[in-house]
Amino acid sequence: MTTLLEVSGVSVTFDGFRAINNLSISIGEPELRAVIGPNGAGKTTFMDIITGKTKPDSGHVLWGEKSLNLLGMSESRIAREGIGRKFQKPTVFEAQTVRENLAMALRNDRGPFDVLFYKRSQRDSTRILELAEEIGLLDQLARKAGELSHGQKQWLEIGMLLAQDPRLLLVDEPAAGMTPAEREQTTDLLKRAAETRAVVVVEHDMEFVRRLNCKVTVLHEGSVLAEGSLDHVTKNPEVIEVYLGR
Amino acid sequence: MTRTPLFANRSVLIVLLVLALFTVFVTLASQATGFGWISTSFVKTLGKTLCLCLIAIAMDVVWGYCGILSLGHFAFFGIGGYAVGMWLMYARTEQIVAGSLAGQALPATPEEISAAIGTQIFGVVGSSEFPPIWAFAHSLPLQLLAVVIVPGLLALVFGWLAFRSRVTGVYLSILTQAMTLALALYLFQNDSGLRGNNGLSGLQNIPGLDAWGQDWISIVFFWASALALGLGYLLFSWVVSGKMGSVIRAIRDDEARVRFLGYHVESYKLFVFTITAMVAAVAGALYYPQAGIINPAEIAPIASIYLAVWVAIGGRGRLYGAAIGAVFVSLASSWFTGGGAPDIDLGFYKLVWTDWWLVLLGLSFVAVTLFFPQGIGGLFDFVAVKRQGDFGPDDGSWRSEEGEAK
Amino acid sequence: MLRALLLAFAVVWTAVSAGAQDLQSVLQENPDLYANPSRRTTEDAVAALVASDLPAVPVFLEKWQAKDVWQRSDGQFFYVTGNGPYTLIDITSGAEVGTADKAQMTQIKPNSGVRAVIGSALVRFQLLDDDMARRSAALDAIARDGTADHLDPLAASIAEEPDPALKQRKERLLALLTARFGTTTDARVAAIDSLSDDISVDVRAVLNQILSSQSAVAASLPEGTNVARIREPGRDMTINEAYAELAAAGLAQSTVSDEILTKALVDNIRNGTVAGTPVVTLNTNEARVAAYRLLVEAGKAQPFVPQDARQAAVEAHVFYDAYVEKDAAVTDAADAALTAITLRVGVMQTADLALDAISLASIYFLAAIGLAVTFGVMGVINMAHGEFIMMGAYTGYVIQQIVPDYTLSLIIALPVAFAVTFGAGVTMERLVIRHLYKRPLETLLATFGISIALQQLAKNIFGTQARPLTSPAWLDGALVFNDVVGISYIRIAIFVLALLFLGLILFILKRTRLGLEVRAVTQNPGMAASMGINPDRINMLTFGLGSGIAGIAGVAIGLYAKVTSEMGTDYIVQSFMTVVVGGVGNVWGTLAGASLIGFLQKGIEFFNPSNTLAAQTYMILFIIVFIQFRPKGIVALKGRAAGN
Repeated sequence: MTTLLEVSGVSVTFDGFRAINNLSISIGEPELRAVIGPNGAGKTTFMDIITGKTKPDSGHVLWGEKSLNLLGMSESRIAREGIGRKFQKPTVFEAQTVRENLAMALRNDRGPFDVLFYKRSQRDSTRILELAEEIGLLDQLARKAGELSHGQKQWLEIGMLLAQDPRLLLVDEPAAGMTPAEREQTTDLLKRAAETRAVVVVEHDMEFVRRLNCKVTVLHEGSVLAEGSLDHVTKNPEVIEVYLGR
Repeated sequence: MTRTPLFANRSVLIVLLVLALFTVFVTLASQATGFGWISTSFVKTLGKTLCLCLIAIAMDVVWGYCGILSLGHFAFFGIGGYAVGMWLMYARTEQIVAGSLAGQALPATPEEISAAIGTQIFGVVGSSEFPPIWAFAHSLPLQLLAVVIVPGLLALVFGWLAFRSRVTGVYLSILTQAMTLALALYLFQNDSGLRGNNGLSGLQNIPGLDAWGQDWISIVFFWASALALGLGYLLFSWVVSGKMGSVIRAIRDDEARVRFLGYHVESYKLFVFTITAMVAAVAGALYYPQAGIINPAEIAPIASIYLAVWVAIGGRGRLYGAAIGAVFVSLASSWFTGGGAPDIDLGFYKLVWTDWWLVLLGLSFVAVTLFFPQGIGGLFDFVAVKRQGDFGPDDGSWRSEEGEAK
Repeated sequence: MLRALLLAFAVVWTAVSAGAQDLQSVLQENPDLYANPSRRTTEDAVAALVASDLPAVPVFLEKWQAKDVWQRSDGQFFYVTGNGPYTLIDITSGAEVGTADKAQMTQIKPNSGVRAVIGSALVRFQLLDDDMARRSAALDAIARDGTADHLDPLAASIAEEPDPALKQRKERLLALLTARFGTTTDARVAAIDSLSDDISVDVRAVLNQILSSQSAVAASLPEGTNVARIREPGRDMTINEAYAELAAAGLAQSTVSDEILTKALVDNIRNGTVAGTPVVTLNTNEARVAAYRLLVEAGKAQPFVPQDARQAAVEAHVFYDAYVEKDAAVTDAADAALTAITLRVGVMQTADLALDAISLASIYFLAAIGLAVTFGVMGVINMAHGEFIMMGAYTGYVIQQIVPDYTLSLIIALPVAFAVTFGAGVTMERLVIRHLYKRPLETLLATFGISIALQQLAKNIFGTQARPLTSPAWLDGALVFNDVVGISYIRIAIFVLALLFLGLILFILKRTRLGLEVRAVTQNPGMAASMGINPDRINMLTFGLGSGIAGIAGVAIGLYAKVTSEMGTDYIVQSFMTVVVGGVGNVWGTLAGASLIGFLQKGIEFFNPSNTLAAQTYMILFIIVFIQFRPKGIVALKGRAAGN
């Protein structure tokens, strides 16, 4: 397992409030990692920094074998480097069909003229079918994404993420609002994805994290409080204090 | 050959067919080529309306599909008109001047001709010097090139500045409106080099075609406008279909998400903004020779807002809707303001439509926005396949996200 | 001094005027002197009158000057009224003393030279008149066009002047006259120096008059020339310009102009050729010059002056500007004084510009403050905001039609305008905007629809011509600091109104229950609702408040500009710019935005004062660029709250 993402000494302040405080995390490839923490621990901001949405005040975010600095890049460039992100709220393009959603996400050249002169290829069609199969939406391809159920939208979004073929997948609360059966399917999907790439899951739900059965990082007040297996971190008295209150 | 997605869309074929039939009909009905059922001035009105349709579909692409409510596209339309107008005015004045100088004892030198043209054109603003922007006015090909290049460059620079700093939503609308206002105010100055508020006039006289007469010229421009509209419709249908259309509609609905998919959203917006600006300019270049005169008032911000009104009333997010809106509103407007509509006597007050048309338009616009966001084009959904899903590019967008810049 | 003067006259004329107690008798001592005055004799005649010290003399001088004195055939002088037979008026008592036929009377018509002498004598009296208004009027006359003759009487009158303000004016006027007409160099230089800290227009006019110069050229500098500057050909002017000046002064042979050349060619057309060159080939300047040279060779045209000849001629002469004033000490002093004054004027102009900018900023602020509430705080974009301003202005106009007293009508108009536009705003919010809260672009369009409807409605009701909104008398006029710095009271009132509004809005938003609820609703409507705040009501009230303020701003703007149905469109884009540039969601930001835009526009206008259009163009371009660098405006909200 080699190091794919190296976050070191990152701090960010909003109006005097330190959302992220000297945070250092490193993610390997392939790896499945769960990030947990109470509200306001900085989980979402951590993702914002990696994906380029928020620029930190200090620190480094290094990527890949060549140790590229992600901080100077635009969101779209970071995405093209191979980092995919799934938001807390399912954000798929509801006015477009499942097929169009997946086709847009497919790993292809992203320039306006490449897209304008894009011709649908056999390879891409096959890939869309494979992905639809994987996320269980094979018979929904022609439907508008807006008509899908909440759980189906979540899967479609994960499918779009997989279509990008990223090396690192950032997944924000994938199980929110899902039925138990849907959760189980989601867990399997993430585990399968993590076999070949790095997957970081931000989650509140301990039961879901336990099912992922992976290394866990606990964030608190913008920095790492504990790291290790779920059993290990839940025994940590500091973690207990943070979660159960004082 | 497989069916391309473009022609998979039946509406494109229908629109082109309707346009072709309409062109044939007008040709048959005109005074020059047909039975003279409709007057030359009405042929011009129809030709101008086709140009307005062209800019309306351009507006629909930039607003209805890409979600950028540009209140500046009439500026590009006007620039196109000015660019072609400069040549028309120069060449026409050259003819007149050459005629008047022929009476001299000595044949005129190029300097004398140029000075005489300058005096003729710029006399109204108390000048006789050619400003630098007229450097290419003597050449038709160069000015035609300017029709697309100048608005294209302006849109490129302005769009680059605006999109780069992530100005979106209403902020972008206001910024484009400011751009239009700045351009109009600039052109209103006498020393702008484009004759201030006098504008360019006599554009209906095409140099070299004096023998043709206005009836022929009007029908030729009508054909040119119809051709431009047809080609423009094909171009935009192609752009908004397929994967490109998918991406720009996605940008309209949630641009942050598109960014995280790895698309450089700004480039796409810039592409759409610039190409629509260039098409708008072509529409302007065909419109003003039919109108005969262009002045800075044409570029005033209100014109671009009316453009948005047409598209909204016609139905945005579908190209034929925009065209219908342009036809419907501009013809209704000339019917009401031209005294075509009968006045209504309410007993205590006589409703004169020339006075009340704008009130009606304004209120019906509010009504369309509130109750029929799909506009006239939405009516087709009742006869055709029921459209599914949630329509409305603004739904789910929040003010706090607009104007955000990071 | 006047006493001494009078005394001197008295001594000289005692012999003649001894025993003469009324004006008629003084005149009759030498009637010819008054009946047929000449430039030479009038001095004596006037002196005699002055010496008599009679109260009727000033009136007589005035009438004499105005050709209103008549002489009867018996030699007696009268004023007359009526139109034949004339009614005679006694010149001493002013009483009617009978009538006379036309034939008996001769009008005395002094020529202009004489009238001038009489005038300057009159000034003595006027400057010493008991009536302050007449003294002041005399000073006005001298200030308008003073001559050397006024110098002495003015100087003499200063000591007697009881009114301190008028005395100061007299002293200042004396300095101005001395600077121009003083008899000694020292006196003039001293007077000029004393004026060098005075920036008023008349001082600058006097100094410029002293410094007026004329361009001239000569073989060598003439003796006694007070040179303003030497113009160097090649540096201050081209050789050809210099040569043209030489030719115009008759000091060199004139060059061949295009007109001469063309005329020579046309005159020499023979059988379609000029000197053997076919006319049809003469369609370039080169061909014409070549043909002309042939004409010169044939001796049929004036030859060209070669460049080296021009150069030599120019070098043989000196080009200079000479002061009309011969005294170099005076012009030096005037030059120094004018430089000092120009510097001070520059400083004052900057101050004046700042005042202008502040007042423009106040207008923008007033126009935008309502938007700062509806757009800035609530996030609702209201394109009809300009029409609310227009509605406020028309409300003011209508009330002025009902209540004729301008002060009272203004006092009534302000709250009524607020009420009217508050109502309009609430109605609009209820009927339209409420349904579009999540669709900002559609709000923009819908409110634009309302805007065109309202504009046309106003046009239908009030017509297209501008309606006046007259300000009360106490707002007329201007607060004038000096000839450069001044500001009209209306602008001050608008400034004060802007400040009041700033305070009021800040108070409402920060200190009242309503403000608290407004901020709660805008930040989190759901949470606010769960705490018992009715978001619908708050949105309605906030929108009404913003609209109402627009109405009051309309009254203020109407006082300063014309009220038309289109006045709103003049302000809407600028107002949005003001809010956006300042920073959305912050009243201080709006203030900063208005100040920036106001100062910027005035600053640009300063460089190109004739062109307000250009100033607006450049200002908008600046704003577009500015937004690149501070997209969130001057006073930006930071952090996550602003971001998401």
